[in-house]
Amino acid sequence: MIRTVEVKEITENIREMCIEANHFLAPDMGRALDRAVVSERSPLGRKILEQLEENLEIAAEDMIPICQDTGMAVVFIEIGQDVHLEGGDLEDAVNEGVRRGYVEGFLRKSVVRDPLIRENTKDNTPAVIHTRIVPGGQIKITVAPKGFGSENMSRIFMLKPAEGIEGVKNSVITAVQDAGPNACPPMVVGVGIGGTFEKCALLAKEALTREAGSHSPIPYVKEMEEELLERINGLGIGPGGLGGTTTALAVNINTYPTHIAGLPVAVNICCHVNRHITRVI
Amino acid sequence: MDKHIRVPMDKETAKSLRSGDYVYLTGTVYTARDAAHKRMDETLREGGDLPFDVKGQVIYYMGPSPARDGRPIGSAGPTTASRMDKYTPQLLDLGLGAMIGKGKRSPEVIEGIVRNGAVYLAAVGGAGALLSKCITASEVIAYDDLGTEAIRRLEIEDFPVVVVIDSEGSNLYETAADEYRQTGESEK
Repeated sequence: MIRTVEVKEITENIREMCIEANHFLAPDMGRALDRAVVSERSPLGRKILEQLEENLEIAAEDMIPICQDTGMAVVFIEIGQDVHLEGGDLEDAVNEGVRRGYVEGFLRKSVVRDPLIRENTKDNTPAVIHTRIVPGGQIKITVAPKGFGSENMSRIFMLKPAEGIEGVKNSVITAVQDAGPNACPPMVVGVGIGGTFEKCALLAKEALTREAGSHSPIPYVKEMEEELLERINGLGIGPGGLGGTTTALAVNINTYPTHIAGLPVAVNICCHVNRHITRVI
Repeated sequence: MDKHIRVPMDKETAKSLRSGDYVYLTGTVYTARDAAHKRMDETLREGGDLPFDVKGQVIYYMGPSPARDGRPIGSAGPTTASRMDKYTPQLLDLGLGAMIGKGKRSPEVIEGIVRNGAVYLAAVGGAGALLSKCITASEVIAYDDLGTEAIRRLEIEDFPVVVVIDSEGSNLYETAADEYRQTGESEK
């Protein structure tokens, strides 16, 4: 049966989600941060983590964005194939939601219209929109505003298959080590392995939206997530990059089939806020 | 060691700060990030005057979110300093006293810090709401058309920072990580 959804409903949800994601920490990230405050060995590191927790309280109570970089809005939309959208263009509806969220929510406008001419669009549009058609009659929307302190430290490695799992692990460690204090550690590390050049980047971005502390259903991937988290926390970078035992809060790895000649690895780094929020309508 | 100092600070104060000191700043600082630095660089190339005399001053690498009614500023945490590295040595040679940001600096910037007895301070990245509470006034003094990237004069009170690179070139990002690095993870 065909279900009709007005695109203005998508606009309104996205408006609310942009504001919510920028003021309230996702529950999984809150739990990860609470664990880190207990386990961090550096006194300065603990002080930084406590500041981050205090920052979150102030953000929520006084409605001040958690971070001044309220990000470029990354929007994932899964549309059930039984849904019929009415009332306008879907991408326009998404961008209108972003525009209203960023203007009405006192969020920073950080988007420039052209990457080299660099004139600010003044309403944080356009969003980066990833749509997928899936079975069913629902629409699942994830809004993940992405700050660029950490985005700038992200990497893609086109490895040779012979480099294998050690090559993958070394790529992740290299990216995190190079990111160091720039990416606002403790970080969340999203890793994509496989696919093509663009597919593995998307896998890494999607991995960031997976719950912190959750693991891949594939046993060897889960092991790699655990091992990499431990190794990253052994790098000594610590909260704020000022030294300590909490450099990452989570390592999430997503995989996909790839070509016989390739082993693409993407490492998408996010800060400790790792804004992400999902709604199903 | 925790210290309370007034900004702008004199050379003796800058030289007394040591990598790893936890410092609360009170006084006046100026914001500038990518676009403002580019414009200041163009001004200097054309032989013009900067919007403010950088001598002895503090630049905070920050572009705030919009202020809600009744507040001086929105969220106001540091941005990554390395994007300003290209423009920084000449500002240090003009007498810039200190910078507040986050993240690594280039060897050229570190040389400029040592050559001029300046200091690089880090505020906590991602604590923009908390840091906004330490800002009591904000006024755009130049490049208003750049929006969040305009140059602002801020009055700050007990604004928390950590000394990362001191006037002798000691770098906390390197020394602190060494202390907590587990064996087996090599330094790059």
